[in-house]
Formats: sequence, C-alpha cells, structure tokens
Amino acid sequence: MTKEILTFADAIKEGIREEMQRDKRAFLMGEDIHISNCTVTRGLVDQFGKERVRLMPISENGFSAAAVGASVTGMRPIVEIMFGDFILVAADAICNQAAKLRYMSGGQFHTPVTYRMSLCGMGGAGAHHSQSLEALPLHFPGLKVIYPSTPYDAKGLIKSAIRDEDPVVFYEHKLLYPVKGEVPKEDYLVPLGKGIIRREGKDLTLVSYGYMARLSLEVADELAKEENINVEIYDPRSLRPFDYEQLLKSIEKTGKLIIIEEDTKIGGVGAEIAAMVAEEGLFLLEAPIKRIAGKETPAPAGKYGNPFVIPTKEEIKSAIKKLLSKNK
Amino acid sequence: MKYNEIVGNIVSIDRQITKKPLDYKQILSKYGKKKFITILGKMIKNRFLDEEIIQLIKEGVAIHQHPTVGQEASQTVAFSLLEKEDYGVPNHRGWGWAIGKGLDLKRMMAELMGKKTGYCRGKGGPYLADRENNLFLRSGIQGSYVSLAAGIALGLKMQQSNNVCLCLFGDGSSNAGYVHEGMNIAATSKLPVIYFCENNLYALFTPYQETTSVADIADRAVGYGIPGYIVDGMDAFAVIEVMTEAIKRARNGEGPTLIESKTYRYEGHTAYDKFSYGGYRSKEEVEEWKKRDPITLFTQRLLEFNLLTSQELESLKEKTREEIKEAVEYATQSAYPEPEDYLEQVYAEKEVFF
Repeated sequence: MTKEILTFADAIKEGIREEMQRDKRAFLMGEDIHISNCTVTRGLVDQFGKERVRLMPISENGFSAAAVGASVTGMRPIVEIMFGDFILVAADAICNQAAKLRYMSGGQFHTPVTYRMSLCGMGGAGAHHSQSLEALPLHFPGLKVIYPSTPYDAKGLIKSAIRDEDPVVFYEHKLLYPVKGEVPKEDYLVPLGKGIIRREGKDLTLVSYGYMARLSLEVADELAKEENINVEIYDPRSLRPFDYEQLLKSIEKTGKLIIIEEDTKIGGVGAEIAAMVAEEGLFLLEAPIKRIAGKETPAPAGKYGNPFVIPTKEEIKSAIKKLLSKNK
Repeated sequence: MKYNEIVGNIVSIDRQITKKPLDYKQILSKYGKKKFITILGKMIKNRFLDEEIIQLIKEGVAIHQHPTVGQEASQTVAFSLLEKEDYGVPNHRGWGWAIGKGLDLKRMMAELMGKKTGYCRGKGGPYLADRENNLFLRSGIQGSYVSLAAGIALGLKMQQSNNVCLCLFGDGSSNAGYVHEGMNIAATSKLPVIYFCENNLYALFTPYQETTSVADIADRAVGYGIPGYIVDGMDAFAVIEVMTEAIKRARNGEGPTLIESKTYRYEGHTAYDKFSYGGYRSKEEVEEWKKRDPITLFTQRLLEFNLLTSQELESLKEKTREEIKEAVEYATQSAYPEPEDYLEQVYAEKEVFF
C-alpha cells in the first residue's frame, strides 16, 4: 500500500476529493469553502467547479436544512459549518429535521448528509468560537457523531461518513489540522462506530478522543518513561454509535477507567461513558471512575486563559498517578 | 391592500403595483374540463374530510388536526397543479396539500390515527409524507419548510430535473428566520421553487398585523429580487392562474416566485380552539368570509361555464362521502404498530442504539 504524509486537514480534503470523484451526487456547501478558514476544502473548487462547491450565505440553519432537502432528491451534501459553535444556530436543521426524517416518515425518506465542523477551546477565539459541543448531537437518535484524532482516521472516517445513509456530524479539532501522519493513497475506509486501542497498557484504561486523545498519548508515553506506568488508551473515534465492547474488554484487563474530555463535565460525553460503564461493567472496576474535563465555564478569550479551564498534560498525569496510588 | 381590492384578482408586486383582472377564457384554455372537475373533487374531499375529522375528534378519536375548512381554493388547488414527480413541501395546516398531491385517503386516515397501515407506518401521524408522490414530510417547526424546500429545489436543479418544488407556509411562519434564509438561498441560485404563503389572517390566536411588518407578505419578494403576487385565495381560478404562471417560471429555470394567498379559516387553529368565534375574532367576520365560500364560488363558475352539471356535482359529493366513510373504516380497523416497530427506522441499520 502506497502511503503519503498528510496533515489532518489535507487528509480530510483528500477523503472528500476521492468521494466527490467517485460519486457525482456528492457536493460541498458552506460559508467561504472556496478559500476555507480551516483549509480543508481550499482548492477543491478548481477541480469541481462552483456547481459542486457551493458558497452559502451566513445562514447556518437555512443551508443545513437545505442540505436535508437536497439529499432527499438523491444528492449527497457535505456541509461545512465554519465553527462548531454554530451547530446551535443550525440545531433545528440537524437535530429536528435531519435526525428525525427517517423515523417520522416511517423509512420513506432518509437524509445522507455529512455535517463537518471544527471544535476546540484552545485557539483563544473565545466563547462563541471555541466551545466543545460534541455532547449536544449525541442526544438525538438518528444522528451519528464522529470525532477523529489522526489523519489516517480522519480520511477513512470522512469517506465512510459521506457514503453513510444517515446524517453524520463530523467533528474536527482545530489543533489537529496541522498534525501530520501516514495516510494510504489507496481507497480505504474506517468504519463508523468502531473504536481503537491506541496504546496498549496494563495499569489503567484511559478513554479520550480528538485532540485530547493525542495529548493523552503523550502523557502515557511520558508516564511510561518517568514512572513505569503503563496506560492503555482507547479512542472511540465515533461517539455515536459508541463501541463499548472494546472499552469493556480493556477495563476487564486494567480494572481502572479515566476519561479525558475537553468539553465541560456536566452532561458531557464523559458522563455518558461513565454511566454506560457503570451499568455494563461496574464489577470490572477496582476503583471509582475518574473524569478529567473542561471547567464549568464558557471558553475564555485569549490563549492565556486556556490552561486554566481545559485539561492539561500535568492535570491528566497527576490524575492518573492519584488513581493508581489509591489502589496500591 | 384591502381585501376587497384583491377579490377576483391577482396583484403583482413589481414596485408599481399592477392589477390584473382574471381572464377566464384564457385560464379555461390552459386545462381541459377533466382537470377542473378533478380540482373541484379534491376541494370537496378536503372539506368533507376536515369536517369528518373534527367530528371524530369530538367523539374522542385521537387525531392531531389543523382544519383547512375555508382554504380549499388555496392550498388544495395549489397542490393539485403539481405533477406526480414534482415535490410538495407542506406545513401544519392540512390536509389540502395531501389531497391535492393525490394521497390515498385510506392510508392517510390510517396514518392520522397512528396505525401501521399508514404512510409513515403510524409513526408520523399528522407529520404525513409520501415518497411515491414526492410529498415531503410535514415538519412541525414553523418556517423550516422554506429552507428544506430550497434544498429540494437545489437537488432538482443540480440533477437537471424538469420538476419543481411547491412550498406551503402561513402568515405566522412568514416571520421565521428560516423563511428568510431559505428564500435568499433559493433566489440566489434561481432554484425551481414556488413559495405559497397562505395568509389566513391569524397566527394561532394573534391577528397577523400585530406581529408582521407588512400588510402584504408578498411585498417581501422585493427583498429577494423575485416576483411576488397577491392572489384571492377564495377564488380557485385566480389560484390556478397564478400557480400555472409560477410553475412555468420554475420549470423554465427562471427561479422562485412568492405567492401570497389571501384566505380564511372558518374553524379554529385546531379542533380544540374554543376562542375561534369571539375570542380573537368576531362571529360576524367569520360569517362575512363564508359568503365567498371557495367551493361554492368555484362550483358556480363551473356550472356557469358548462363544465359541470348539478347531477355530476351530486354524484361527486356522494362518491366522496362514500370514500371518506371507507377510509375511516379502514383506518379504524387497521392495527397499531407492534412495540418493536417503534424502535425501527431510526438508522439505516436495524440496531444502532448507542
């Protein structure tokens, strides 16, 4: 298999390019996508033209609903919502219309739309451009929610999302965009709803996704060197459907669970994971579940404030050590 | 515009308002006798069905209904003018759009009662949809239709389809941001969509003037650079005329049209609306509008033009009553979905719970 080194952003771009070449029904819609703030769709207009790279007005709810309409005529819209915060503006289109169409119509209509959007609280862009809102679409049966952490997964997952028959919310962490990684040139898919063990370890299971999964990986490597602690890292990649089978197997091995998320803790993804594990695997646990999450505040403006509200390596490290020391 | 100014008229909004009195000969030449009788049949079916449902609700049958009585020349006629493959995007007030689009009464009634034999397997209820007739799911979110319809029209245009999309909304939802967003998208890309706004003067219990910035919602077309028309929504001929023109424009790739149909609902917002006579409007007002009943008006004209005989009218009514009776029987006797049916059609795959 031929491989190339791509950034996370370019990996998504290549995934989209391949799918648009493969399927004439696939097209892009969003604000400024010819130039693209996040660079993902930059340049695709040169190859596919303005018909298939459609510039949209600042009407996130309107064009997110229009994507639903276009999809029922047989098209496969790939929508970019410039900042994930704007999902709140487009919430009706995504959560009321896209999520429920198949069910309400008794399966007569369905809506294969991919909604891509960037998230992250570390750019310093403040509370309306930096919130982590991945927990929000989780609450809507009918939606699939994807959150990749590597270029390989990002390309394989965006391709699966575009081919999927259901509406998919696809999150991209802004700090991951420049991260480079090996990506096959050949056609490959990463299935939706399948997690991956990123790092094997015996002492503790750490669940994290997106940029936090990457950060956790660094923490785990350092802990192995510094403290001889072996952390197993599970990256679910899909938040809905969530692959609990692999997670429970991992907990069976380690007996301990720590969840790292950038989002705020209350009603967040970590809360859901913790609850599910408590329901399905409480007796696999040797210690209480620990969650490290963002503080209960909106995202502060300016990079200076970020470390005070978002999990840092030090915070993760000390939480892991504390959890392990309790059980010695 | 005052209501009496639009009686029997279509008024176009082109900054200088021009009146266009109806030319019946010209309208009659566009469609054969059969089409007019079909349209009348659907209007009657709509009226009888609404009345039947109101009765059923009074008897305790659980149906969620926003009656269309009084609006038959408006939405029912507009949707009757679409081809089967054309898309229809309805709003909450029905079932003129469903009957206009040609849905089967039995499966409709079954769906309204939440039965498994209904269009949406009993899971949509009043949120009717029919893939076969390209009737898109009725949304419960006001104004969403306008953006959804823009997308349908976008899909049709991108696939070089000859089909068009008709989108219904009311005076109340005309103020939703969704409407502005969708119309701007449709106008920008010259999409094949007809926006049909039924102005029945009340958004639930609120007179529309209290919450709407313009007297004529069609005026807002100017803001999107698209043609706008005000039509007498009690006159089927006027609606036929203006809709025919708008459909032609859409098929020819000339883009969207906004039509405001001035109409009136005789019944309350829902069958449970106790204030419809004297709460937020006067009984006299309702009686005044009933004098220009759309079905009576259309019937008189068809008789006058020798397109219909009294005998034909009677047998049409008789047939319709029979059809409704059969539909109610069919729906009543149909089974509810099984418990496990309620867990299906969430995703393409059968089970994706997490």
